[in-house]
Amino acid sequence: MNQTLPDIAPLSNTAPQSRYRMMRRIRSFEERVGELFLKGESAGSMLHLSIGEEAVVGVTDAMTEGDTFTTHHRGHGVFLGRGADPARMMAEIAGKEAGYCRGKGGSMHIADRTLGHLGANAIVGGGIPHVVGAGLTYRNRGTGQVSVAFYGDGAMQQGILYEAMNMAALWRLPVIFCCINNQYGMGTRIDRAVGKLAFGERAEAFGLAARSADGRDVEAAHEAADELIRGARAGQPGFLEIVSYRFYGHARMDKSPYRTPEEEEAGRLTDPVATARDRLTAMGLADEPALAAIDAEAAAEMDKALAFAIAAPAPDLSSMFQDVYAPGTPAPRPQRDRIAAILSEGARA
Amino acid sequence: MTAVQTTYREAIRLALLDAMAEDGDVILIGEEVGVYGGAYGVTKGLIELYGAHRVIDSPISEAGIVGVAVGAAMTGLRPVVELMYVDFAGLVMDQLANQAAKSRYMFGGQIGVPMVLRTQGGTGRSAAAQHSQSLEAWMLHVPGLRLVMPATVNDAYHLLREALRQPDPVVFIEHKGLYTMKGVLDVTTPDGPWGAPVLRRAGADLTFVTYSRMLHECLAAAETLAAQGIEAEVIDLRCLNPMDDAAVMASVRQTGRAIVVTEAAVTGSVASELAARIGEACFDWLEEPVLRIGGEDIPIPVSPALERGSIPSAALIAEAGRWLVSRKAPAWA
Repeated sequence: MNQTLPDIAPLSNTAPQSRYRMMRRIRSFEERVGELFLKGESAGSMLHLSIGEEAVVGVTDAMTEGDTFTTHHRGHGVFLGRGADPARMMAEIAGKEAGYCRGKGGSMHIADRTLGHLGANAIVGGGIPHVVGAGLTYRNRGTGQVSVAFYGDGAMQQGILYEAMNMAALWRLPVIFCCINNQYGMGTRIDRAVGKLAFGERAEAFGLAARSADGRDVEAAHEAADELIRGARAGQPGFLEIVSYRFYGHARMDKSPYRTPEEEEAGRLTDPVATARDRLTAMGLADEPALAAIDAEAAAEMDKALAFAIAAPAPDLSSMFQDVYAPGTPAPRPQRDRIAAILSEGARA
Repeated sequence: MTAVQTTYREAIRLALLDAMAEDGDVILIGEEVGVYGGAYGVTKGLIELYGAHRVIDSPISEAGIVGVAVGAAMTGLRPVVELMYVDFAGLVMDQLANQAAKSRYMFGGQIGVPMVLRTQGGTGRSAAAQHSQSLEAWMLHVPGLRLVMPATVNDAYHLLREALRQPDPVVFIEHKGLYTMKGVLDVTTPDGPWGAPVLRRAGADLTFVTYSRMLHECLAAAETLAAQGIEAEVIDLRCLNPMDDAAVMASVRQTGRAIVVTEAAVTGSVASELAARIGEACFDWLEEPVLRIGGEDIPIPVSPALERGSIPSAALIAEAGRWLVSRKAPAWA
């Protein structure tokens, strides 16, 4: 824990602006996901928006090509932050063949091997140990890669997280545990779920380097993530908490009856996108017309993604039997074929 | 290489040894697999040969270990996890059934999980209710998993080698009662093709379908029946998920009688699935109802007498076989 870490590189002037652009894109994307649902074009209503959590861009920006990650229910922003194509994402969320997973996974199981996305997971905490396994691969092969688990505060109460933290620390693996603490596990506020609110202390107890960042401030998140990721590459796994607020309900059908409008209003004042925007102006790194152009560009891009997803064709019915096993193994037999074989053979046929 | 006489345990150890020698990405991970050499001694000596980065002693965190293996497999290693007892499956089913088995499908074919979960099950050591079960039906019920249960020394070696060549997760269940069994290992010749059953004995009067240790009970029962003039065919399933039942159906269509034998609690078992399949596919060929013989529907008791009495014996299998063929009830009926 007392390991000294290298100095953090000074921020270039363009980095905050590019992070703002990414955050704006995430916000616009999530708003279009909401529209997709309202138009009846989404595959179901299991859509968990990351609005209010855009400071994850501070983490995704501290990762580099070749790094891998897993996400959770609310992982759209993380994936965009690592370079996802919003049109293919939206198509996946609509359950279309053109989606990242050919319409098999949807919002909760989106993945892309080429971008290092080892999978979104709909079991709370389910994807966390996978980054420890990835860390084992990188250690054994000496590749210098890092793997990051993104998950919510709900997973802080899952046992498997602590099994994973312990093994990461024990084997000194290049792994980061990144908890986006949005204060809610579905309808249960964090103070109704934990006896002691001190996530960083839990991580430190396992031997991880721990930091907490204000989720309003993408630059603070970036600084903390950058330090922890450097440490992880050198064999000191880390834990990062990003303290944020979930602006909307758990999923699209949830109107948040368990919290007051006053609380939501106060919570939404922690808007990381607005904060970054104000900051760029105050620091003289961007003027209003430039920022407005970024906003308009993001909106137009996501409009196109939405239109693409809606227009994209549904998968062919026969594709349901593909990819249960790797190519080379016979696909599962459709039951119509099985029944037909039974009833068309034998003495009574 | 000529065939050698060895044990089921040693055949598995040799398969691991050969796989690790051939492929530097093969790693072993599990509780006591390194310094201790495995709870049943299967991985003895491997840490000395391959070091602690490839033979990894893990903390007692079964779910975490399987999850780590999933991530390692996704990123290029070939992990072999040892789950000390199949009874601990309850701790790992999320990582096995929701993660390992479904990743390829959920992610549209992009991300496979080429891992092997080695474990052992079954009775025979008075290990009682939480260390003696036969939980293979749990694995059969999960599309995306492969399930392998070797019954012979030669299969123990070859099926594990083949499992380590699969691009998908394989659950490889050994039988604790077979580790000391001696048999012939010929590393150049498998008992049969991967994925398909093997005919262990030919016969015209009825078909026993079985796997794992019950193969030996069925073969003993077939000997008993042969002395009474009844010729039983014995089919060893070997690879249970996905299940290739063509050889089973071909046999039952010849004999007209089938008994499916498992050590597992019979309700909801592999035997139940097989009986249903035989009933569907062989209805017009069956002379008699398809019988299931399995473990009693009880937790496994510790008393050696109770334990033995709760699972099928060669005597029970032979009596049921004779009854099915002759329609003459045995003394206990």
